[in-house]
Amino acid sequence: MNKNILTKIMINLLLLLFVVTWVLPTFGLFVSSFRDKDLLATSGWWTTFNTNEVNEIYRTKTFEDQIEENGTFFIKGNLLDKNSGKKIISYGITSKEMNKYKINQKAILKNKSEIEISENGKYIWKSEKPFKHERGKRIFITALSPPKFTLDNYKEVLFKEGIGQAFLNTLTVAIPSTIIPLIICSFFAYALSWMKFWGRDTLFALIVASLVVPLQMCLIPLLSIYNDVGAFFNIGAKSYPGVWMAHTGFGLASTTFLLRNFIKSLPSEMIEAARVDGATHYDIFLRIIIPLSVPAFASVFILQFLWVWNDLLVGLIFLDQVPSEIILTAKLRELLGSRGENWEILTTGAFVSMTVPLFIFFALQRYFIRGLVAGSVKG
Amino acid sequence: MSITSLFLYVFFGTAICFLYFHLSNLALDFASKKNTIKFSQKSVLRPYIFIAPAVIILVIFILYPVVETLRLSFFNKTGFEFVGIKNYVWAANDPEFKRAILNNLGWLLVVPTLSAFFGLVIAYLADKLWWGTIAKSIIFMPMAISFVGAGVIWKFVYDYRGPGDDQIGFLNAIVVSLGFEPQAWMTIPVWNNLFLMAIMVWIQTGLAMVIFSAALRGIPKEMLEAARIDGASEFKIFTKIIIPYLEKTILVIWTIITILVLKIFDIILAMTNGQWNTEVLANLMYDWMFRGGGDSGRGSLMAIVIMIGVIPIMIWNIRRHKEDEKS
Repeated sequence: MNKNILTKIMINLLLLLFVVTWVLPTFGLFVSSFRDKDLLATSGWWTTFNTNEVNEIYRTKTFEDQIEENGTFFIKGNLLDKNSGKKIISYGITSKEMNKYKINQKAILKNKSEIEISENGKYIWKSEKPFKHERGKRIFITALSPPKFTLDNYKEVLFKEGIGQAFLNTLTVAIPSTIIPLIICSFFAYALSWMKFWGRDTLFALIVASLVVPLQMCLIPLLSIYNDVGAFFNIGAKSYPGVWMAHTGFGLASTTFLLRNFIKSLPSEMIEAARVDGATHYDIFLRIIIPLSVPAFASVFILQFLWVWNDLLVGLIFLDQVPSEIILTAKLRELLGSRGENWEILTTGAFVSMTVPLFIFFALQRYFIRGLVAGSVKG
Repeated sequence: MSITSLFLYVFFGTAICFLYFHLSNLALDFASKKNTIKFSQKSVLRPYIFIAPAVIILVIFILYPVVETLRLSFFNKTGFEFVGIKNYVWAANDPEFKRAILNNLGWLLVVPTLSAFFGLVIAYLADKLWWGTIAKSIIFMPMAISFVGAGVIWKFVYDYRGPGDDQIGFLNAIVVSLGFEPQAWMTIPVWNNLFLMAIMVWIQTGLAMVIFSAALRGIPKEMLEAARIDGASEFKIFTKIIIPYLEKTILVIWTIITILVLKIFDIILAMTNGQWNTEVLANLMYDWMFRGGGDSGRGSLMAIVIMIGVIPIMIWNIRRHKEDEKS
């Protein structure tokens, strides 16, 4: 019995180890995208939840804000932001001695004036003579900063770095590139399953062969076709309709294959009965096949949509790399080159690009997995 | 691209496609009702209406390019002058190309093996625990994100700062906390390839896992019960019963991941662009498509080399499906 419990614990621990290893990289990215960009560049994301010690410089107010009380002059104010949540531990008035004074200890300046700073950043500067300084006095503080999360990175990435635009571009590529093959291939798959015509079996063998043809085999000739067509009509060679067609072409084999396996598995009596009643194949397709195939359509839709959304190569080759056409993955790759050290932009940009796939993944995981399994183990 | 034009684009793109099928089928019915064509002709014609768009696209986007790429690989950089096997001779002596071949072989060896192994172990463990479904869901998640996104995630894990600074990369933080020097992982030849492969394993393990998970459910319970009654240990059951039972599934997973790995491109382009000896075929091909104004001969040759790796799997696939159709 003891041995059984031990095995059980071992199994739990081993699986936990896998899960933690698998989730940590993504979790780190997710947390980092909400961090302050200066903290992000200097400390690991795992310290996000710690209270950090930070060194900062502030300036007091100038002589204009002084108040006179009984012949003594005061300048009062607060160094810190109201909502910062920071707590000052120590401070200094010269850069050489940044930590000279503890909280509530008075700092005495050369001109005999006194500064006193409390934990929440409030300060009182007291002098016998009137203040004359026109720039505020520099104060160096060491403070404890609580974990801080911000949406600033998202604002910057979406509106200033062009990720928002790229997001729309990717949608413009992905939606038709999913719907068009779905329509074309469902008719094709139906014909391959239930209609008789010359060359049917050869055509299906061709589809099975095309399943594994690497994209790379098609790129160079296609690019030159695109250039020729563009030159013939005197338009740009790269356009959205062009990229939809390319994705339709590259997704054709797998979409047809999956749909055909599903449509072929429907009971033949049903289709034959409808034929006997005089229904045309088009009627059968619209009235019987489509309603029954909704789960299969869902699987295929998700697979193709994710494939297109996550694609980089086709987007690089068949679209211009300009703001109005660049897709998310290409944009991210560009940022990796040009802003390689700006982790606030990279982490946030990557997370924005992952939102749609992750949403689909969590909402429709069942169909996604069903499609993948059907595509690999024969359906 | 604004949101309104996005909607217009999407609407017209799909409408055209749908209208073709609807109108052509209606036209056929109409023609047969008016007796312009005979009933028998109608049923002969209809399949071609159904398959025409798909076949045209198949020819333009797959069949013609495949043949054309093969032809171009024997032509010069502009594709106009026949050069025989000159491109192939060049490739055999090009150090960059040889490096790419070696790296691709390394990828082929490591990634499918590790992904399948981890996938099987996780699927097996997860089936035994109440929180197994959640665990599987988490392990599977990387399948949903792009290779470039995964690249950013892992670039962050591998990030390097000088020995004096705080490390913000998780891997270096661990290395430093164990008392070692931090390393710029992406620039250490040979090892950097392994770190890049780790990304692919991280992604593909989920795929292997779900397929194994489905296959594991097919193992007869009685067989496992019998083995347990005979006193076989869990480890023995795993190696002696489950693995042999899954032989075909293992082969399927191995082929899927192999095909993916042969084409591996996004991760390399995003992470190193082939520097520090991490070049692979697909990236080198992309490079040659544009390097020096583009060289269609050498680019095509590299596509052919990738294709050669795929052909055995293709033949095996077609045979498998022919058998399925018969039964």
